Amino acid sequence: MTNGITSFLQELSLSNQWLVLLPEISLALLSLVLLGFDLFGKASRQAVLDEFKFRISLMGQLAILALLIIGRESFNQSGSFLFGGLVEQSDQTFLMRCFFILGSIFVTVLASRFLSKANLPKAEYYHLCLLACAGFMLLVQSAQFVLFFVSLELVTIAFYILVAFNRTNALSLEAGLKYLTLGALSSAFLLFGIVLLYGISGNPNLEGYTSLGFQFSQLQEFIHLNADNTIVRVGALMVIAGICFKLGAFPFQIWIPDVYQGAPTPTTAFLATSSKAAGVFVLIQLLQGPFLALSEFLIPILSIICTITILYGNIAASGQSNVKRLLGLSGISHAGYLLMGIIASFLIPESFVAVFFYLCLYLLSSFLVFGLLIQISQEEEGQLEIGAFRGLYSKNAFLGTMGIIGLGSLAGIPPLGGFIGKLLLLNVAFQAELYWLIGVALVGIVISIYYYFGWIRAMLTEQESEEKAIAISFEDRIIYGFIIALIVLLGLIPGILISIIQ
Amino acid sequence: MDSQLLFSAIWVPFIFGSSLALIPSKVGSKAYKWISLAGCLWPFLVAWYLFFQFEDGLQGGYQFEFLQSTGLDSLGIYLHLGLNGISLPLFILAATVGLAAIFYALHSHADRIQLYLSLLLIMLSGLMGTFSSIDLFFFYFFHEFALIPSFIMIMIWGGVARYAIALEMTIYLTLGALLSLVGLIALYQQSGADTFSMLALSNALAERPLTETIESNIFALLFFGLGILVSLFPFHSWAPKGYAAAPSSAAMLHAGVLKKFGLYGLLQIAIPLLPMGAFAWSPWLITLGLCNIVIIGLVTMAQKDLKQMISYSSVMHMGYAFLGLATFSVLGAGGVLLLLVAHGLSVALLFMLSTSIYKRFATFDMSEMGGLGKIAPNLSVFFVLAIMASIGLPGFANFLGEFVIFAAIAEHESLRWVLFVSALGIMISAIYGLRSIGNVVFGTPVKCNSEEEVELNDMKMFEKLPALLLLGSLMIIGIFPKLFSDKANRDLMHLYGDQEMVLEEISRSDENQNLND
Repeated sequence: MTNGITSFLQELSLSNQWLVLLPEISLALLSLVLLGFDLFGKASRQAVLDEFKFRISLMGQLAILALLIIGRESFNQSGSFLFGGLVEQSDQTFLMRCFFILGSIFVTVLASRFLSKANLPKAEYYHLCLLACAGFMLLVQSAQFVLFFVSLELVTIAFYILVAFNRTNALSLEAGLKYLTLGALSSAFLLFGIVLLYGISGNPNLEGYTSLGFQFSQLQEFIHLNADNTIVRVGALMVIAGICFKLGAFPFQIWIPDVYQGAPTPTTAFLATSSKAAGVFVLIQLLQGPFLALSEFLIPILSIICTITILYGNIAASGQSNVKRLLGLSGISHAGYLLMGIIASFLIPESFVAVFFYLCLYLLSSFLVFGLLIQISQEEEGQLEIGAFRGLYSKNAFLGTMGIIGLGSLAGIPPLGGFIGKLLLLNVAFQAELYWLIGVALVGIVISIYYYFGWIRAMLTEQESEEKAIAISFEDRIIYGFIIALIVLLGLIPGILISIIQ
Repeated sequence: MDSQLLFSAIWVPFIFGSSLALIPSKVGSKAYKWISLAGCLWPFLVAWYLFFQFEDGLQGGYQFEFLQSTGLDSLGIYLHLGLNGISLPLFILAATVGLAAIFYALHSHADRIQLYLSLLLIMLSGLMGTFSSIDLFFFYFFHEFALIPSFIMIMIWGGVARYAIALEMTIYLTLGALLSLVGLIALYQQSGADTFSMLALSNALAERPLTETIESNIFALLFFGLGILVSLFPFHSWAPKGYAAAPSSAAMLHAGVLKKFGLYGLLQIAIPLLPMGAFAWSPWLITLGLCNIVIIGLVTMAQKDLKQMISYSSVMHMGYAFLGLATFSVLGAGGVLLLLVAHGLSVALLFMLSTSIYKRFATFDMSEMGGLGKIAPNLSVFFVLAIMASIGLPGFANFLGEFVIFAAIAEHESLRWVLFVSALGIMISAIYGLRSIGNVVFGTPVKCNSEEEVELNDMKMFEKLPALLLLGSLMIIGIFPKLFSDKANRDLMHLYGDQEMVLEEISRSDENQNLND
């Protein structure tokens, strides 16, 4: 007996290959270094120091991204037994890790612009952003519910602070409180679901019971044998509910408008892109892993959720004039389209390509739009209305183009990349024969044209008064110009990204 | 070589157009005219060069094929271009109207003219692409490519209430485009051909025909999707408003060429590939087509605004094309093709002239016009001829198109009644056409809007040249239709010849069944 335990522990410690998690570890170290600057830096040279911290964070993340891509062989060991089964890597998790670093780079860029405008502390923000990014990366690699929950909490707690970061702003505080209570509630749902699954899978009266009920692979076998068990179903539903909160899918979407509006814009962008992407990927992983045997039970439920999510997001957004709320609500509908791809992934494993492509384009386009918000906003960016964009194109053609390309891609207009994303999603939905959802998605897309074009229209209207032109720095021009070019390029030659995904 | 030329007809206007948008206006103030002229002249030359290179001797099918991967190989999507006898006339139409519209726009004195020209060139590149695509995905893609600039042009340079109209048009046309996209994807999925290539699809469908239900479902998607884009009754309300608000060159390209996309899609793709589905929906084709002719015709008669009248008349004439399609015969399809080209030329000409007339009277209201014949004799001649062409005077291409369609309808005994109803349309168009001539050209001349600009009155060179181009093409085709019909015949026979037999069999078996009952 003792022999058995010793050899098991040995095996465990042998599987602790810390090297594969080096990117995540370096992110955490980088975040500590950033905090160190505040400890030793002189207050008199604050401005220089702030700029320096931004550069360090940006360069560090770029270096880690390069490290991850160049050392792909050593940091991505598909199919090997890591950390006693806590971590499992695949080509898909590798892509998602790159995606999250990219997302956090974008958020860092947005934050540096935003924080200096709003005069908020910098180091803490970069620090939390890096931690959340490391959390996301761990989350997608976890193959066991304990690590899954812990990394999810790492992310969520970082977000509690990021949302309420603007402490002097009542809206931001309100958003923080709302995110805290609802986030805690969703964590409770998730945990409850996990415990139910763990408990029932350890029941010796059931066929195929296992003592490793947290392990995805064990759980998959158990659920395969007990797909009709009510507690299994309830447990799975609760886990999915917890994830739907991250995704912003109905009926867990209610926090989105308020939190998006109140949170500092970079945080909103972070919530809209990385947080949503994490939810999407984790859901796909669970549906193709542990919950695979529940497909007959889950597909109708998810289809209903998807239908309402698409319609709710689009209909609610069409009456909105506050841009951040609008982006939040339209983000709900994007979650709905993605859910369509997720449901298709039950039947068509290749739908990951479509979903990932969509996520990448959503990230790029959102980055443009949120970047534009930060450029435009004067003081209270939470109160920014569509009217503030009136005549933008004639005030500054570059910013106008940025907004038109970003929104156009979100709306899915050819030849922009967002169109290809929608096309790929529709295509897999067709293959999976989800005709009803395709119809709903079409209705949704047409409604979304209304509000996206309403916004674009505002940008193209003529300038009414002789307001002064808005300036944009040369560096920003290069960054945003690059993203614009990328969106157009991916619309014309989508093969670049698709071949990478495959 | 020829295939590279074909591709260049798409990318040359695109590159020239986007470079116009990027050049700072100070540098470009002299060069922009030459750049945009070169950008629209190139496709025109290429189109005519390819016309003469087009070999008649073949069995039909595509020539000058161009194949290029864009990385969507896994979905079976390639940039696959080529022309056949059906797409060639429309390809030339796009180049001709594009040349006329952009030449006219050069002198339009619009604000930010560089951006205007750049959008027109991008639109032209999309139009050249959509009519030369063999791949269904790019067929759709290029259409959207041309559609988006037209929305933006309406928003920036449009007339009264342009924002609301642009929004309505956007929603309507996006809905239509999405429906047809879903139809195309459904066709791709159901055929099992694993490619969006029209050739491979038709082969796959010939080997494994779809069931009648699936065919008719997919056809419904394409019919209504494309129908919205062609302003099929009752989805037409975007068209008159949109054209009335659009700046003239954008209206010329949109009404003249882009709108033909929907009918071209039905003619080239939907009906040949889904004959049973089309047959099941043919009562709808006929009914809605007749509604377009009669109801919209009556609405056209009631218009007092010149541009509105032209817009409505363009909606009305689309009804004949739907009737022609519903005959499922080589003759009918040929008539539709002729009508598409003729209508494209004539409506573009009318939109251009109406703007020229507006410049003389400073109003579009026909009751406040009069005596154009005295103020601007040349312009009046062009206007009268254009109206005559549009209402189908023999000698112009429109007459032939309509005549052939009527002849094709008359071949079907069950469709004779349609002939009587649609003949009403001829009277209706004669009424509004002649009345507009009476109002605008004759009558006592109203006072010129400004006495100092008397020398502006008659047509300038920049107005005459595009008008001559369009009117000349109309007359050449009208007198010598062999130009296109020879080339189109083989492909029409290929696509519609079998169908006639199939349909005869279907109707025969129906009759047998009736007898058995």
